[in-house]
Amino acid sequence: MSDEILLKMRDVWLEGRSDETWNPIINDVDLTLKKGEVLGLIGESGAGKSTLGLAAMGYTRDGVRISKGSVEFDGIDLLTASAAVKRALLGKRIAYVAQSAAASFNPAHKLMDQHVEGPVQHGVMGRGESEADGIELYAKLRLPNPDEIGFRYPHQVSGGQLQRCMTAMAMSCRPDLIIFDEPTTALDVTTQIEVLASIRDIVEQFNTAAIYITHDLAVVAQMADTIKVLLKGDEVETADTRVMLATPTQEYTKSLWAVRSFERPLKSAVQTGSVPVVSVQNIDASYGTVPVLHDVSFDMHEGRTVAVVGESGSGKSTAARCITGLLPPTAGQIMVDGDVMPPDYRKRSKDQLRQVQMIYQMADTALNPRMSIGQIIARPVEFYLGLKGAEKRKKVDALLEQIELEPSQYYHRLPSELSGGQKQRIGIARALAAEPKFIICDEVTSALDQLVAEGILRLLARLQDELSLTYMFITHDLATVRAIADEVVVMKDGRVVEQGPKVEMFTPPHHAYTDLLLSSVPEMDPDWLTNLLAERGVDNIGDAAVDKM
Amino acid sequence: MGNVLTIILQRLALGLLTLLIVSIVIFIAVNLLPGDFAESILGQGATPEAVASIRKDLGLDQPLVVRYFDWLGGVLRGDLGTSFAQANFASFTGTDSGATTVAQQIAPRFANTMFLAMITAMIAVPFSIFLGVLAALYRNTVFDRATNIFTLSSISSPEFFVAYILILFLAVLNPIFPSLSTIFEGMPLIERVERSMLPALTLTLVVTAHMMRMTRAAIINLLASPYIEMARLKGLSPMRVIVKHALPNALAPIINVIALNLAYLITGVVVVEVVFVYPGIGQLFVDSVQNRDIPVVQACCLIFATAFILLNLTADIMSILSNPRLRHPK
Repeated sequence: MSDEILLKMRDVWLEGRSDETWNPIINDVDLTLKKGEVLGLIGESGAGKSTLGLAAMGYTRDGVRISKGSVEFDGIDLLTASAAVKRALLGKRIAYVAQSAAASFNPAHKLMDQHVEGPVQHGVMGRGESEADGIELYAKLRLPNPDEIGFRYPHQVSGGQLQRCMTAMAMSCRPDLIIFDEPTTALDVTTQIEVLASIRDIVEQFNTAAIYITHDLAVVAQMADTIKVLLKGDEVETADTRVMLATPTQEYTKSLWAVRSFERPLKSAVQTGSVPVVSVQNIDASYGTVPVLHDVSFDMHEGRTVAVVGESGSGKSTAARCITGLLPPTAGQIMVDGDVMPPDYRKRSKDQLRQVQMIYQMADTALNPRMSIGQIIARPVEFYLGLKGAEKRKKVDALLEQIELEPSQYYHRLPSELSGGQKQRIGIARALAAEPKFIICDEVTSALDQLVAEGILRLLARLQDELSLTYMFITHDLATVRAIADEVVVMKDGRVVEQGPKVEMFTPPHHAYTDLLLSSVPEMDPDWLTNLLAERGVDNIGDAAVDKM
Repeated sequence: MGNVLTIILQRLALGLLTLLIVSIVIFIAVNLLPGDFAESILGQGATPEAVASIRKDLGLDQPLVVRYFDWLGGVLRGDLGTSFAQANFASFTGTDSGATTVAQQIAPRFANTMFLAMITAMIAVPFSIFLGVLAALYRNTVFDRATNIFTLSSISSPEFFVAYILILFLAVLNPIFPSLSTIFEGMPLIERVERSMLPALTLTLVVTAHMMRMTRAAIINLLASPYIEMARLKGLSPMRVIVKHALPNALAPIINVIALNLAYLITGVVVVEVVFVYPGIGQLFVDSVQNRDIPVVQACCLIFATAFILLNLTADIMSILSNPRLRHPK
């Protein structure tokens, strides 16, 4: 890092257009970045992080405008510069790494064609030279088969690898500044480490300045020299990473730090011989001819939470689909309260259906946008309990009170008028409406901000205590597991690799894969990544470690 | 590639089934036409005996099902039948051309129609895509609006009107192209092309709007995609963003609209043929309907249906091939 200033944003105000009016997104934010410095930009969704990051490139999305302020990159005012001047900078001196590499690579072209496009169009290198350089960058980012991977189409490459290919693409012209917009949010923890390590190395190696946007504090702690916290478009505070982590000055920052402290008290062990509420016994399942589950067994007892953890593709959600009967298993059986359930939901009685309810990850898409909240909750009340008229309304009101939403205020609203956390609460109320014993929670907090997610977890915990509900809690987030689980089932490639009470799972010795998962969860300690990499050895992190198992 | 081949074979089988159903519909529909060949050829002086005798000669006294299977059997052997008008009654209709089978009658006409469709397609398809790309690039500008107004007005005007306007400007006021498009066998290619130019231009104006607007819409639809934003943030020129990054992903809907318009060029050009006296299949079709010359009508319908199905099939296959996920499975 040098003292020379690369990017200077002063009094920047950003506005977004909705319903014919301009609403503030960013209010009067200053940002200064020195050459080679990495600035972490954190905040919850809607805080304006991405918009500010794009504004640093002099770019706004449709319906967004920079209403006041100045953005100066290396002495060039990006707000008054002509389109041609900006185009000459973008890609060449300022590059961008998007959140979803899978969506941001053009599906119609090979990775290498997209990689060389910048250097060739900007006249930095010829095609051959740029290709050779690309292969070198792929190798530096520790991608498997660097000679060959660039000649594949995006859909032929996994998510974590694509994210590294995108970092390589951003590096292709050796820019002075890269904007990383949540580059690891969509990745599994073990993959995330690999990408984080690659990004950090390469940024250091070429002394590139970077703005690293994320909502994950532990991640930003590993990556950034300085941290800037945003809240609803306002800057909360800016400080050196170590200072910020050790002594946050603002209340909001402190509350962000505190989120991870929620943890339920331990429950006593399950009595031997008690009948589990739901028992999954030796099930196999497949999608078409592709087998996805192999001999999966676990029990869930009354009033307890069983967390099913694993990476994407490990079969967690498939197991849930087997329990609900949406995907009949090809072998094995599902027992509820000691009775065997028909494998296909179509063959289950109304009462059998009532006992198993589900809450989904995306509350947005799981609620019918055309129905009011009252109608959404009333439907299962009528269907399963047969209540009508005033009785039905009373039950719906009671359910709304249970999820801490005022009935008179919310009954007639549409889902689109609710926030993400409120929508998820409606999802919970809908599941409760059937008066089930057992609820499957499929990644219910992963689309929510930390503070909101914590609210949902606390609500689920309270409901469990009041109604002695049993939860199957599907998640890839081990912090959540630590907070609420009683038992843990670890899955990998459609098999259960380890299961047991939470305390046992979180105390060594672990199964090798559980160990890898646990140690991959970023911690707030800024030296965590460095230490972990040293411990694991460069060749044995993330993906590579998974592959060896 | 294996699964792509399976899809293609499935579509092909489905196309054949569609064709079979279409053949039944054609047969029934044609037989529902009021009056028959015997009545129409004998005119007002028809005696019941004469009508019955002609019907018997042509097999029109047989039940519908028997006639259908006779006809279908013939079609499957490649025999489209014998034209009523040309077979025995040429002296009545005064159209003796020496061609007695339906196939002989249709073949040259169909070849002419295909020739005109091809010339039109060669002008219209690149022109529409080019206009569509430009309209997407300069969306919501004067150019975009002007293009839209121009193409929409030409599609909204009746074909004969467009045709006469073109004749006025390109044949009468500025004699560039001939206004009559009589072409015959053995004519040199250059001359054929020149004579077909006015009908081809008329048809181009008729089909451009649809294809151009789909190109524009399909491209604009993709402009909010993350990969388009990425292309912009790489500092690429707006033209390159659209041609290199949006267009390849917008091909599937564009191809489908092109196929639909090509099918129209083969099956729906009667008016233009009449205006320019172009000897295509459309005129033959209309004449045959008037004469109740059922074998010719049925054969034309079958050819039109086949053209529709084949073009749509081709469009499906090309849409599939434009998707790299299907071309290069994991």
